[in-house]
Amino acid sequence: MSEFFAMGGYAAFLWPAYAVTLLAVVVNVITAQRAHAAARAEARRRLEMETMPEHER
Amino acid sequence: MNWTWFHKFGSPPHIYRIAGTLAPWFGWPAGLLIVAALYAGLVLAPPDYQQGDGFRIIYVHAPSAWLSVMIYGVMASAAAIGLIWRMKVAHAAAASCAGIGAWFTVVSLITGMLWGKPMWGTYWVWDPRLTAQLVLLFLYLGYMGLRSGIDDLARSDRASAVLAIVGVINIPIIRYSVEWWNSIHQAPSVMKMDRPSMPMDMLAPLLMMLLGFTLYFAAVMLVRLRAEILRRERSASWIKEALQ
Amino acid sequence: MTPRQRRITLVVGILAGVSLAGVLALNAFRDNVMFFFDPSQVAAGEAPIEKRFRLGGMVRPGTVDRRAGSLDMSFVVTDFKQDVKVVYTGVVPDLFRENQGVVAHGRLGKDGIFVADEILAKHDENYMPPEVARAVKEKHGGVMPVNPDSAAPPRT
Repeated sequence: MSEFFAMGGYAAFLWPAYAVTLLAVVVNVITAQRAHAAARAEARRRLEMETMPEHER
Repeated sequence: MNWTWFHKFGSPPHIYRIAGTLAPWFGWPAGLLIVAALYAGLVLAPPDYQQGDGFRIIYVHAPSAWLSVMIYGVMASAAAIGLIWRMKVAHAAAASCAGIGAWFTVVSLITGMLWGKPMWGTYWVWDPRLTAQLVLLFLYLGYMGLRSGIDDLARSDRASAVLAIVGVINIPIIRYSVEWWNSIHQAPSVMKMDRPSMPMDMLAPLLMMLLGFTLYFAAVMLVRLRAEILRRERSASWIKEALQ
Repeated sequence: MTPRQRRITLVVGILAGVSLAGVLALNAFRDNVMFFFDPSQVAAGEAPIEKRFRLGGMVRPGTVDRRAGSLDMSFVVTDFKQDVKVVYTGVVPDLFRENQGVVAHGRLGKDGIFVADEILAKHDENYMPPEVARAVKEKHGGVMPVNPDSAAPPRT
């Protein structure tokens, strides 16, 4: 197992490379989903504003 | 020619719905492929005769470099369609590409540096391939900067589309830099007319990773596109229905 | 022309103009874009020999000479047409090997010997497991065969 993590002496280069790639993959999923959720919330708020009676705005 | 079908297809409600349906169909296979490719690349594939286990960096470096270039192609094509057919959804699609493309350009640069240090003996040299890839990052950043710098949406779409199209010149430069000029970077192992320069047990994880990353981009881009469409169309009546 | 055709013309025009400008610019700065010069270019006087430049090629087998007890070394860089002798003091990267690509940064002396202060290794696009590499070597009499065009061993 420790031999696997040593990666033939290239651990110091290989694991950071994999880590930064994984970070990019995860971050992009999260930011995309957050952006969509935020856009939906914003759209809903606007809709509620528009359907509200005039004097309550 | 009659283009009504095209505009109907490109209508925001239609695309919003289709994108929502398709995203998981790209996302889940992408996740499975990437996990399987990680195992195949790190455990099953044999080490290289010269680079030993260090060569396994290819399984993250090549797919991210592929994405960085492929996404730019998608972004510029969408921008051109938006410019020519005055299609708002196409501009929204181009805008959703830029952030993802910039991320994977950075990843390709960092993983390349981490591969270059032990093998070439340096993190960075001003080599044509490396420099062209850095220019790609600046093109993405310039595109995003231009977008956020112009408040009027229609003008922002048009100006950034022109920049995206101008930057297309960099794509063949990246691809052929290693053939046109002497470069420290090796020639492509897979993305070429000839057959790939590695045996199947090394190649299979790479192909899985390339396909996985491509599907992953499709999924993430579609989710971003939905957000972008909602932001642009916030007062349209169809949104009420879409939010139910 | 319809407005759409005008816009198509505009997009195609931008692409054509930028491509032309790119080709002209890259041609004009060809020497600066070139990352290294091979021994044939050096022999033909194309390398900027009055300045520091990079010399690239393959390490000719049997020419690597390490002085015992110091970091001094010398070797011959070849493109299989011309040779240039290189002297260097320092540590070389892992992939610095005979019959392997190398890029040396330094100056060409009046005696035709290249004095390098930085050595980078260049590997090719071929990857194979050690067993396969051994089999290829055995078939070719104990050395990895080299294709002078791609500076790469032939496919197996």
